[in-house]
Amino acid sequence: MQKTRYAAAAVAAVAALTLSACGGGDSAESGSGSSAEGGGESLRIGIKFDQPGLGYDEGGSYSGFDVDVAKYVAGELGVSEENIEWVEAPSANRENLLSNEQVDMIFATYSITDTRKETVDFAGPYFVAGQDLLVPTDSDIAGPEDLEGKNLCSVTGSTSAQKIKDQYPGVQLVEQPGYAECVTAMGGGQIDAVTTDDIILAGLAAQEANAGKFKVVGNTFSEENYGVGLPKGSERCEDINAAITKMIDDGDWEEAITRNTEGADYTFNAELNPPTPAPCA
Amino acid sequence: MENYLSLFETYDVPAAFWINIQLSFWAALWALAIGTVLALFRISPIPSLQWFGAAYVNIFRNTPLTIILAFGFLGLFSVMQINLAGELDVSLFRIAIVGLAVYHAAFVCEAIRSGVNTVPLGQAEAARAIGLSFLPAARLIILPQAFRGAIAPLGNVLIALIKNSTVAAAGSVAAEASGLMKTMIEFRSDLVIPIFLTFALGFVILVIPIGLLTTWASRKLAVAR
Repeated sequence: MQKTRYAAAAVAAVAALTLSACGGGDSAESGSGSSAEGGGESLRIGIKFDQPGLGYDEGGSYSGFDVDVAKYVAGELGVSEENIEWVEAPSANRENLLSNEQVDMIFATYSITDTRKETVDFAGPYFVAGQDLLVPTDSDIAGPEDLEGKNLCSVTGSTSAQKIKDQYPGVQLVEQPGYAECVTAMGGGQIDAVTTDDIILAGLAAQEANAGKFKVVGNTFSEENYGVGLPKGSERCEDINAAITKMIDDGDWEEAITRNTEGADYTFNAELNPPTPAPCA
Repeated sequence: MENYLSLFETYDVPAAFWINIQLSFWAALWALAIGTVLALFRISPIPSLQWFGAAYVNIFRNTPLTIILAFGFLGLFSVMQINLAGELDVSLFRIAIVGLAVYHAAFVCEAIRSGVNTVPLGQAEAARAIGLSFLPAARLIILPQAFRGAIAPLGNVLIALIKNSTVAAAGSVAAEASGLMKTMIEFRSDLVIPIFLTFALGFVILVIPIGLLTTWASRKLAVAR
């Protein structure tokens, strides 16, 4: 008798917990659903959160060139700034975010490549970057040829790191989880140069903490076409290309670059920029 | 399938695992040495040593390993300019070993202490009774029995250490398995799941024999009481 009573109490307790758990889940879901749908069309845009000058999370507000282009394009698509939901899109997750339709588009230093085109669609390019070097202001390194025997830092698994390994085997390559770590190490003097796309380096050098300490060499040795990542079969490509062309034509594009690399002593490669968006497949 | 096999021509997966094995081997040796000394501190009759042992264990057991290894690169190497070898990659490799050893020593210490708890108090009293002071008693009577009782927990620490060696990527040993996996996913995002399964399987193959071996040894070597 005693036993059954305990068992009944236990069952009741478990049932109560389960029910309340369900209730909590439901209300949370309906809450977020209504806020996303509130007021006009909305877009989920994937950006980097950790790349100053391109896509950077400043405690809830986002800044950078990628962000500015994304805002402009969204505006042309009829979506106002407050209806954009920014989603973090780290390099390794970009294809998955698109193929699972967790984001509508990605502006995240996303180079257009043939392998990637197999899984996702691209609009753009909206910028042509090139791999370059960031060095201390007083350094005499003028290009990758001067790196023999020097310590170079890049991000684990990045295209830039791989290129150095393949083409400049005499370089001592240090691979770190992020570029911020590389720049910190270069500030300490154990690293001679940091490598990745020039505009990313310019964004790092333009950060307040680094102002005046580093310079972008300006001798690019690759061509990276930054595109807008879209889910396979997306119908937005033509509209996005039109928006990019318009942004370039009315001068907002150049102003966005200047604003986001201010203080870095950086000029973009004018032979390749501004780019003409490629026709949509 | 051909697509998948071509990965192994471009990327040297066994070489990456070999780096994890080397990291684990050296870190395990150092962790065992440091951990044994710490365990001696903790069971010693001297309060300041006991306090030091407890403080070490509490600090390093409760600090995330990623933070310790990132500090090794950013703090020790970059800011304090400590080099453990002439060549850059060897230096970073050794700094990663130090980080792994310092962290896992705390767990080794606790595993050995659990082994000490399997030794009946009468053994220590008997050692004292025949005139042995603390260190000889620990070396001849208590630790040998404690290690035999601590094989299974020490095996668990070793298994954790092998898997944790992937965190060395945070300390810039990027050639190890998780770093290579990141590289492979960056370039072959069409094969994310097969790549992941390859590395998961690699670690399972590395770790399972250790589990089997330590279970067997802990039964075989346990002191019959």
